[in-house]
Amino acid sequence: MTATSLSAAPAPVIEAIGLRKTFGHHEVLKGLDLGLARGEVVALIGPSGSGKSTFIRCLNRMEAPTGGEIRFRQKRVRDGFRDRGEDLGIGTLRRHVGMVFQHFNLFPHKTVLQNVTEGPVIVCKRPRREAEEEAMALLEQVGLAEKHSAYPNHLSGGQKQRVAIARALAMRPEVLLLDEVTSALDPELVGEVLAVIRALAEAGMTMAIVTHEMAFAAEVASRVLFLDQGVIAAEGSPAEVILEPTNPRLQAFVARFKG
Amino acid sequence: MTYTWDFHSVWQYRDLFMWGLWISVVYTVGSIVFGVLIGFLTCSMRLSGWRMLSFIARVYQEIFRTTPLLVQLLWFYYAFPLLVGGNIDNRVAAMLTLSLYVGAFYAEIFRGGIVSIDKGQREAAAAIGMSPWQAMHRIILPQAFKRMLPSFINQSVIQFKNTSLVSVISVADLAYMAAVVNGQTYRPLESYTVMAVLYIAMLLPMTQIADWVEKRLRVSD
Repeated sequence: MTATSLSAAPAPVIEAIGLRKTFGHHEVLKGLDLGLARGEVVALIGPSGSGKSTFIRCLNRMEAPTGGEIRFRQKRVRDGFRDRGEDLGIGTLRRHVGMVFQHFNLFPHKTVLQNVTEGPVIVCKRPRREAEEEAMALLEQVGLAEKHSAYPNHLSGGQKQRVAIARALAMRPEVLLLDEVTSALDPELVGEVLAVIRALAEAGMTMAIVTHEMAFAAEVASRVLFLDQGVIAAEGSPAEVILEPTNPRLQAFVARFKG
Repeated sequence: MTYTWDFHSVWQYRDLFMWGLWISVVYTVGSIVFGVLIGFLTCSMRLSGWRMLSFIARVYQEIFRTTPLLVQLLWFYYAFPLLVGGNIDNRVAAMLTLSLYVGAFYAEIFRGGIVSIDKGQREAAAAIGMSPWQAMHRIILPQAFKRMLPSFINQSVIQFKNTSLVSVISVADLAYMAAVVNGQTYRPLESYTVMAVLYIAMLLPMTQIADWVEKRLRVSD
């Protein structure tokens, strides 16, 4: 970033502006701003109930924000599925912004390969052969090429999550949203999933990661956000936020994870 | 008990039994086809997110699920024509009532199957850019269909038995024909036993298939 940092900061790929979300009378997000630059990896940490999952789910409109807006490539995302005028539809947004879930959500009636090709073939209308070749390359990348004809029920949690990552990557996303992707895994399976994400970060994938893995967040993130009670309570480099926190609530939070 | 069975006299009316059986099959299959369409429509209305549509569908379902089929048949044949002025053919009334009756139950089976699918499936489909319609027919329905199938077959078996009620509005189904044969032969034991055996012969394979399907689906889950 040495060359560009002299001029104006590059425009973010995706950004949230004044994002608000209320469930009933409970305000979960109280006006959050965040922009992700290309190639940036942002980790969102915070206590449960702080709104970090809701926030990341607003970024691809899995949740409809109550206020504020989402912009993708400087374009406003509208409420409908299709583009209208200058505004992007939710469908277009999601085609370029992938998401991986805590509980994998693989399609149980489809094989591993079909899970990965479903998006490219059905949504992007790419030729099946081409999509399958690309899917095999992605499965190779996550170390599961030999499982291509297995059904999800026959995979371990770690394998399922790696397939889910391949499924998201098959859409050739510009941004990847990871929502507590290791929280449902047995401890011994966490490493294999983190390794895949680490490789993606090194390859320059733009990512927003909600996680409880503090050491991992510190290692892979270029920026860390601490969410607390619906606001960004602290923000900065991993060193500032995780390693040497100054905010007392953040200190208490990080201390618990350091054990 | 020194009853002497005499199936010979009943055997002479075998054509009537076969014709009655055929009519029962026609009403069963016909009402299942219409019922599936009605059920699909009703289920779509219930899940449409439009409160008015959902409410109308709900009212229809509750009316047809909380009144006996016999009452519905009598109402459509004897009462409904007075309401609209004119006559209704008994066969039309029978097919209409049977279809509306089973449609109300099918709608609930379809709806139950769809809402039983984890919401994560819908989210995963949405996350790769699928439209709600694509998510429904590529991801939700194939999974829901498997869950609905055993209940669907069971309801259809019940439907075959229910067609016997159309005899009360003089539709010449198997039950009606058994009564006719009895009237001719004065052999109620034989007439009605033959009828019962024919129902069993038709439905035993169906219940076996239902059990088999259920077992198979459980294994593949």
